[in-house]
Amino acid sequence: MKKSSLPDPFEKARLESGLGKMNDQDDPVTMLLRHKDVRKTAHNWKTFQSGAEPGRIVVPSEVNIRDTRQIPFEVDPPEHKDYRAIVEPWFRRPLQPEYEAKLTEIITNSVNEAIKTGTLEVVNSFSLPLQSRALTLLLNTPFSESETWISWGTHVFRSEGEALDGDKANILYNYIEEQIEEAIKNPSENLYSKLLDSEFNGRKLNKEEVKGIMILTFAGGRDTVINTITNSIAYLAEHPESLKRLQKEPEIINNAVEELVRYFSPLTHMGRVVTEDTHVCEHAAKANTRVSLCWASANRDEKVFENPNEIILDRKVNPHVGFGFSHHNCLGATHARQIMRILLKTLSEKIQSIEILDYKENIENLDEFKRKVGYDSIQVKFNTKTV
Amino acid sequence: MAKITFITSDDEKITLEGTSGSVMALAVENNIKGIDGDCGGVCSCATCHVHVAPEDLAKTGKASEIETDMLELDDNTDEYSRLCCQLEISDAIDGIVLKVAK
Repeated sequence: MKKSSLPDPFEKARLESGLGKMNDQDDPVTMLLRHKDVRKTAHNWKTFQSGAEPGRIVVPSEVNIRDTRQIPFEVDPPEHKDYRAIVEPWFRRPLQPEYEAKLTEIITNSVNEAIKTGTLEVVNSFSLPLQSRALTLLLNTPFSESETWISWGTHVFRSEGEALDGDKANILYNYIEEQIEEAIKNPSENLYSKLLDSEFNGRKLNKEEVKGIMILTFAGGRDTVINTITNSIAYLAEHPESLKRLQKEPEIINNAVEELVRYFSPLTHMGRVVTEDTHVCEHAAKANTRVSLCWASANRDEKVFENPNEIILDRKVNPHVGFGFSHHNCLGATHARQIMRILLKTLSEKIQSIEILDYKENIENLDEFKRKVGYDSIQVKFNTKTV
Repeated sequence: MAKITFITSDDEKITLEGTSGSVMALAVENNIKGIDGDCGGVCSCATCHVHVAPEDLAKTGKASEIETDMLELDDNTDEYSRLCCQLEISDAIDGIVLKVAK
């Protein structure tokens, strides 16, 4: 097994029953493991709702640490559509040339710093700062804000990747509340001000709704982006031929990003609450119980992907669900894709090779399954190209 | 060289010319409303859904299984639906008319 591999722990269960079982704070979850079931269930919002008690569709559940509803994430149609319409144009800004130019500058500086340092721990000294700096663009806030976010560490909600940490969550919630108050006093061109000025059903969004959107923006794109960046660096370290190929054939960078997202599946799964007695994968699912859509398993489904456990950089047809599926697909996907496209391009142009010196894997505990999602830490050496 | 006509949801008619690449990429480059092409053409996002004019279906062919599985879960899908990231530009599709689904 290569150091950069992410094994698929779901294969046997996916083939045999299509289901997994996980207990979570006495609110068990039935995990759907097959690509087809995952997509169908994601699409069926009437029977499998997101708009349950805030925090309940997240696994591990956040009901005990949060009352604020994340928006549009924990809202079902038809309201979902109206909320999504408010935020969608803003979250498509990463495609604008000036945004792309600024993001390229941030990423180039991060890579140059890494080259200058030579040997560094990627999670805390590269991925976290890069993710935080890029987030200042998405929020349109001053670059200096990223220093605060970096100081929070890698997990906003979780300590050591698993246990829920209410104190850490409060750091984020209190920060967001302060920022909203500040935006009310001194409106600017940032996301807080933009949201406070937005109309929903003929009225302005209230503070609680703005808070819900901002929590989603911070939390949804943190571990996920950090893991994707870190895992990509580990992959490129063990596949110097891929680094060379990306430089020679930049036209495959888009395919490469989609393939890395498929393979890494930075978010393992997301829950739904069952609204009526039904069946999932020929198995009874009772009203008011939880199921989860296991993106990570669906993305290795042998019925859909040839050689699912291999990274095929130029995979042409790739119906992965790494950014979720249907109404609730990832709002930050445009930003994340741009980060990854620019990062791969920059690394392929500047880096000759990367060596992994030491690492500690981050293994998620899903009861029946143990899944590697990335690294708690990984020490590498960047070797620059000689000009 | 192929001429491709898009009809958007507000009934605007735009004809573009292309020589290679996918129809989705051509549409995105020219800001055709309703075609986003989020995933860049790997058939993972369904943001490039079009309805082929019935008389042009012989030129484009029907949707592949992977497209059909995706389209099954999209709004207003019919037998003329295609994901246009899966349509390669060539002389063979010259003159087709596509109605943008979104």
